[in-house]
Amino acid sequence: MSETFTKAMARNIFYGGAVFFFLLFLGLTFDSMKALPKRDHRENITESVTRGKLIWETRNCVGCHTILGEGAYFAPELGNVYKRRGGDNGGAEFIKAWIQSQPTGVPGRRQMPQFHLNDQQLEDMVQFLKWTSEVNTGTWPPNIEG
Amino acid sequence: MQYKSQAVAKPYFIAAIALFVGQILFGLIMGYQYVVGDFLFPAIPFNVARMVHTNLLIVWLLFGFMGAAYYLIPEETETELYSPKLALITFWVFLAAGALTIVGYLMVPYATLAAMTGNDLLPTMGREFLEQPLPTKLGIVVVALSLLFNISMTVLKGRKTSISLVLLLGLWGLAVFFLFSFYNSHNLVLDKYFWWWTVHLWVEGVWELILGAMLAFVLIKITGVDREVIEKWLYVIIAMTLITGIIGTGHHYFWIGTPDYWQWFGSVFSALEPIPFFMMTVFAFNMVNRRRREHPNKAATLWALGTGVMAFLGAGVWGFLHTLAPVNYYTHGSQITAAHGHMAFYGAYVMVNLTMISYAMPMLRGRTANSGPAQTMEMWSFWLMTVSIVFITLFLTAAGILQIWLQRMGTNPMGFMDAQDQVRLFYWLREIAGFVFLTGLVLYIWSFFCKKGEAVKA
Repeated sequence: MSETFTKAMARNIFYGGAVFFFLLFLGLTFDSMKALPKRDHRENITESVTRGKLIWETRNCVGCHTILGEGAYFAPELGNVYKRRGGDNGGAEFIKAWIQSQPTGVPGRRQMPQFHLNDQQLEDMVQFLKWTSEVNTGTWPPNIEG
Repeated sequence: MQYKSQAVAKPYFIAAIALFVGQILFGLIMGYQYVVGDFLFPAIPFNVARMVHTNLLIVWLLFGFMGAAYYLIPEETETELYSPKLALITFWVFLAAGALTIVGYLMVPYATLAAMTGNDLLPTMGREFLEQPLPTKLGIVVVALSLLFNISMTVLKGRKTSISLVLLLGLWGLAVFFLFSFYNSHNLVLDKYFWWWTVHLWVEGVWELILGAMLAFVLIKITGVDREVIEKWLYVIIAMTLITGIIGTGHHYFWIGTPDYWQWFGSVFSALEPIPFFMMTVFAFNMVNRRRREHPNKAATLWALGTGVMAFLGAGVWGFLHTLAPVNYYTHGSQITAAHGHMAFYGAYVMVNLTMISYAMPMLRGRTANSGPAQTMEMWSFWLMTVSIVFITLFLTAAGILQIWLQRMGTNPMGFMDAQDQVRLFYWLREIAGFVFLTGLVLYIWSFFCKKGEAVKA
């Protein structure tokens, strides 16, 4: 780099740039926070949904699955699993039966642990996944397979 | 080694390498589970292996950063560390907390671990990379504060160089943005939004400051190029990092419920994120070409050049590959993400740590450089690990493209597991490349014990 461009100038660009873009980021975040309620439908977050999220976390589901595309890539996307498995016509029953029947024990196939969830916990899990499937994700995933 | 207190860096580097081995072993277990699904089930389910794999990575990189800080700060500030004793205590606290956490993951079901460690008081567990129990998270904060106190006090009493200021800024940023790991909303969208303030603003923000400072330090030492020149480069690189990377967070806000304008902000700014990495490559090669001395540590020079190239390829090129919103619409949460993750972490953070260790470890053992044969062995390990990570990335990219084609495109998309069955070949190839990586790592460790030839005396 040429002699006319000094270290002090480079340092000023660093500090100025960092501060400016962090403030812009804060501004965009502020705006996002105002826009989010219309997209995440937080009015539908019941106590059951909240409990379901805690079950999701304490069983480390994200260690195999993705949810809204984030997590591990070992097992299917679950952000839209409620809709994929029948939505209001059977989605809940399918999810509960699936969780209860694990592991499949088929030799050589990927296995999901048995978590011994009771009826209430299974219902909470379904409610959390149902709420998640209703978040406005900008039409992602491309199709129902996730 | 010019200052006695630099010696505290040694246990940090040794622990980093030991945990690195653990990370790779668990990576191999997971790679095998990708093709033989029930391997080690139910003793070590995939989610446990993955948690161990990623958490060990984070912890050993942090050990490396901390060791680097304790090593380079005395030389930069031209004064002894404020408290070497505190640095050693901190080492044992961090190692104990890390080991206990890993043992907890492996011995106790995760839900039980959560109950045992007070997750109900403040639920923070079970989120990707932030799976640590509450006491561990608090421990990380204590360790970070101890490091910051020690380093800040040293800088305050000594010479203030740009490298030490940038490093300090990076470490403060690391501690501050980790605090977002304690925020977990019952609203998944808000949870995700601020989860990225730790994860993205670490790896595509403040960690790059630490990386830049470490690389600049080693380049000054091995090339003898004027500090003014190197520090000017450092500022330009990290300026571009934050100018592109902060708003670049937006590439994680495409499909998680956040407003659509993030598709524009995220695409445009993260498309610019390769620029600082490209500059880093040019920087490393430029400085080595303009060197004013022939440093006997050829291995460290190789690692430094490798960091520039591989960080650009992994973080820059493979990041750009799937960062534009219309592309990411198809690639989001696929094996493409995994491909990028592997080469980016290796190229940027693994390699800068190995650069630092390669330069500093001989000094800590009372020599300027290792013997010729030892360096040759280390350089072989460089090529084995680097080439195999390139192949791991290529195989995962192929798997990802095929997965997307089968599962997300066309009129008759396959289900997830059906698509996975179709890409098995690439998972097998990835696993083989993983074993080559392990061979490289074994050779790397072996090079520390190579007795052949004469070390270059200090």
